[in-house]
Amino acid sequence: MTKVLTDARSIRIKGRSFLALVLSPELPLDWWLGRLDDLASRSAGFFLGRPVVLDVADLEIDRKQLKSLLEELGQRNVRVMGIEGGRPSLFEPGMPPAMKGGRPAPDFEVPEANPAESPKAGKGKAAAPVITEEVQPVRATASIIVREPVRSGQSVIFPEGDVTVVGSVASGAEIVAGGSVHIYGTLRGRALAGSVGNASARIFCRRLEAELLAIDGVYKTAEDMAPNLRGQSVQLWLEGDSIMAERLN
Amino acid sequence: MAKVVVVTSGKGGVGKTTSTAALGAALAQRNEKTVVVDFDVGLRNLDLVMGAERRVVYDLVNVIQGDAKLPQALIRDKRLDTLFLLPASQTRDKDSLTPEGVERVMAELRKHFDWIICDSPAGIERGATLAMRHADLAVIVTNPEVSSVRDSDRIIGLLDAKTERAERGERVEKHLLLTRYDAVRAERGDMLKVDDVLEILSIPLIGIVPESMDVLKASNLGAPVTLADSRSAPALAYLDAARRLAGETVPMTIPGEKRGFLGKIFGRRAA
Repeated sequence: MTKVLTDARSIRIKGRSFLALVLSPELPLDWWLGRLDDLASRSAGFFLGRPVVLDVADLEIDRKQLKSLLEELGQRNVRVMGIEGGRPSLFEPGMPPAMKGGRPAPDFEVPEANPAESPKAGKGKAAAPVITEEVQPVRATASIIVREPVRSGQSVIFPEGDVTVVGSVASGAEIVAGGSVHIYGTLRGRALAGSVGNASARIFCRRLEAELLAIDGVYKTAEDMAPNLRGQSVQLWLEGDSIMAERLN
Repeated sequence: MAKVVVVTSGKGGVGKTTSTAALGAALAQRNEKTVVVDFDVGLRNLDLVMGAERRVVYDLVNVIQGDAKLPQALIRDKRLDTLFLLPASQTRDKDSLTPEGVERVMAELRKHFDWIICDSPAGIERGATLAMRHADLAVIVTNPEVSSVRDSDRIIGLLDAKTERAERGERVEKHLLLTRYDAVRAERGDMLKVDDVLEILSIPLIGIVPESMDVLKASNLGAPVTLADSRSAPALAYLDAARRLAGETVPMTIPGEKRGFLGKIFGRRAA
């Protein structure tokens, strides 16, 4: 049977980065859990509403121990969203998914017990400050410059920021940037700007012959592009859910 | 100093084998010891174009697997003392080529020859990547047509990534050989023009070979174009291309333009 799609619009799929807390348990686990309890007692709700990833790369445990560790964490209201660095044999259905490709970020400030207040910590548990300050998203200031033509079949993927190509982007090549895309040459392939959810990203090119353009998940194929933009110097940006374009110069 | 040249294109049927034979013969005519190596295991054709199909005993795969010594597999051309062929096996497939085996054969060929011309199979798989692996120079054969140009572009990207030179941080010298060019049709817009292809691929041009019946005739005769009739238009184009490959500066002519005689022929045929 053939399914008929009544709506021609495709689903919008986006990438997004979150900063997760990474816990790296150490052996023996009882001792480590004790230290975790100590931290929690100093700042109730430290783990509340925060995504937590469990790093078990340097931990010598088996599946049973991992399962009980997850249970222990669950009892402490630590919700594990993923497990990093685990062997495939460690996992079983129902466990948080395996994660990889994480990039390091600055360490979280663990609230230090104030020496003067620490004796009162037991009774003043509710008064302990709940860490509320938001982790500031790192502003994408990074950029890379590609000094050669990007050939068919090649991808330049740079989620951290802008991509500048001094040369052409061939048909069948793609540029994926977290920020804006600048092409000092002919853009014949694909350019995807703001790929990690940046609606203010733009695409600039000296000559537009692109197969596909996308900003923040909104895309346009060659067929949808205004024919008078072909072969022109163009910049493209996002207004609401539509890609706007204008000729440069 | 031996030079390994890979003749490649990505797309099939653009003239790799014809160009390998023609350039190989042209270089050998310069009295430089040349071997043409067929990497198209399973679909060999270079032996036919070279007119040596009835003299093949051992092949590249036999040498790689140690069943034969390299001198046993090399076939000397009957017309040129300096031209040799290392045929491919027709009964095997590309998996018979091993990276170590190819490396060994290439190292040995480098000791005995000035030019080693590798005829790459179409595609970007094992056969093609092994053919380009040890290249110092690449001749990218392209037809003035969009799919051929895009495939060539892909191959250029691979030459910058998957060759031994690229892995050492050096570059493979790349040259564009435009084949089956018809100036009249390019002018009419049926074909890409030379400048369009150069703009897209941005590598130096080594020659423009016109579309010609002489090429088909030479293949059926079992002679490289440059040996079959060295005065034909494609032969002249290949001879010039070989001189450029050897480092000479030869002014570029676009066949069918500024050549009254040829222009007439092409004009009539296209009409």
